[in-house]
Amino acid sequence: MNSDKEQLMTLMNLAPGDEKHEPSAYATLNVLSVLYDSILNYDAANPLSDDRDRFIMSKGHGPLVLYAILAQKGFFPPSELTKFMAWEGILGGHPDRLRVPGIEASTGSLGHGLPMAIGVALGLRAKGISRRVYVLIGDGEANEGSIWEAVLLAGDIGLASLTTILIDNRSSSRDLGNIAAKFKTFGWDAKTVDGRDEAAIAAALASPAADRPSLVVAEVLPNA
Amino acid sequence: MPDTMRDRMSDVVGELLATDQSTALVLADISTSHFRDSLRDYPERVINVGIMEQTAVSLAAGFALEGFHPIVHTIAPFVTERPFEQIKDDFCYQGLGGTFVSIGASYDYGTSGMTHHGCADVPILKTLPGMQICVPGTPDEFEMLLRQTYRNGAPTYIRTSTQRNSTSRPVDFGRLHLEREGRDGVVVTVGPMLDRTLAAVGDLDLTVLYATTVAPFDEETLRNALPRASPNVVLVEPYYEGGLVPDIARALQAVPARIAAIGVPHRVLERYGPPERHDQELGLTAEGIGTRIRGFLNSGTQ
Repeated sequence: MNSDKEQLMTLMNLAPGDEKHEPSAYATLNVLSVLYDSILNYDAANPLSDDRDRFIMSKGHGPLVLYAILAQKGFFPPSELTKFMAWEGILGGHPDRLRVPGIEASTGSLGHGLPMAIGVALGLRAKGISRRVYVLIGDGEANEGSIWEAVLLAGDIGLASLTTILIDNRSSSRDLGNIAAKFKTFGWDAKTVDGRDEAAIAAALASPAADRPSLVVAEVLPNA
Repeated sequence: MPDTMRDRMSDVVGELLATDQSTALVLADISTSHFRDSLRDYPERVINVGIMEQTAVSLAAGFALEGFHPIVHTIAPFVTERPFEQIKDDFCYQGLGGTFVSIGASYDYGTSGMTHHGCADVPILKTLPGMQICVPGTPDEFEMLLRQTYRNGAPTYIRTSTQRNSTSRPVDFGRLHLEREGRDGVVVTVGPMLDRTLAAVGDLDLTVLYATTVAPFDEETLRNALPRASPNVVLVEPYYEGGLVPDIARALQAVPARIAAIGVPHRVLERYGPPERHDQELGLTAEGIGTRIRGFLNSGTQ
């Protein structure tokens, strides 16, 4: 484990309670690290700068890794992590954009973030801002009908500024089959990578399609 | 050609799109012919998503996150009930402003059956914190309320209907309009129910307050109307009966008021017919409302 990861673990361990051990939190560890280390353009001192990439954590669940990374990058003091899910704190069990610097959209109920991300991408396009929109969904979340509404829409309008990252940790109660192939039938570019292989994640995220929305399936297999 | 609230919607929204670069419009396969020019002229801010109302509302919230004022439009049950959670989470909980405009109020689509009825729209939206709800009674009032609430930072639902009153009032968002004064009680009537309520009241000595904003409710004007009236309050609404009863009860908690709620009853409507036929069946004509009001007033004196 490198020093950054050790620091992240230290930050996460500041959080009280058992929630910090949620598998859904750890499943996002490598993807979020890559995003905030090498993919997203952002300024923690000016988190609402127009010249930023937008990241929406659609699945909302298990946000502790995201909170730790935002603290690590300077969006808010690490001491906030000691108040994770506490009455006095700003860091709830699901992220709230009105309370947490660096959170683009409040999420928690599944299936909202991806269609919101389409609206954000369209808004950026209408304003002439060429930043990308990244949205993270879960394989369980992909049971929601609104996800597939959004997949159909984004593919049909060729929304090339949108990248979806699907964390596949086999939490879906339904067999999703070949997720990447399904997205491709809706007109997306789609890749599948090992969700623990940061070099592979970075390579996939760094090469989005130019004419269609992009999907990166990050497989984080249980007990792997 | 008659002026309808739907036509006025397309005129005013089209004007907003032309004059305000921060206006966005999200359609879900309804009224696309009304917005043909806007779809052509502003493709970056006007989108018909197809038949996906949950995505329509969340997508609109995405526009709002980028500083736009989104307007979402489709049929009442499909813009309020189907994407109810998207309005709640994505707009109300996130503190985002936008306008939701429906057609197909109550049983405007009265021959289409219950799936296309919109009697629950106002009652369910009234459960949402920060939601503004307008029920205009004419196309002019629709335009006034749209312009008054546009970009005020809150999510606003504006319910249009094919049922309407004959003349417009100078309505102010958030305020009850004093239509007439009386001494035996107060009638609060909502949107398109005004004309038939006035006919029902006739020569009874009643105050009539006209509501085109039902959230927030103007408690002050109702309280001020009471000193000139005895505490009989009749509510006449075009959607499921009783929607404003909690607001009236809160406004009058210091007064031993009697309240009668007249509106669409909570039951499955099994027959097919135009709105006027449903009104007749449900006693929501001037005659039916008058009978209910007289019965209520008489029961209070026995």
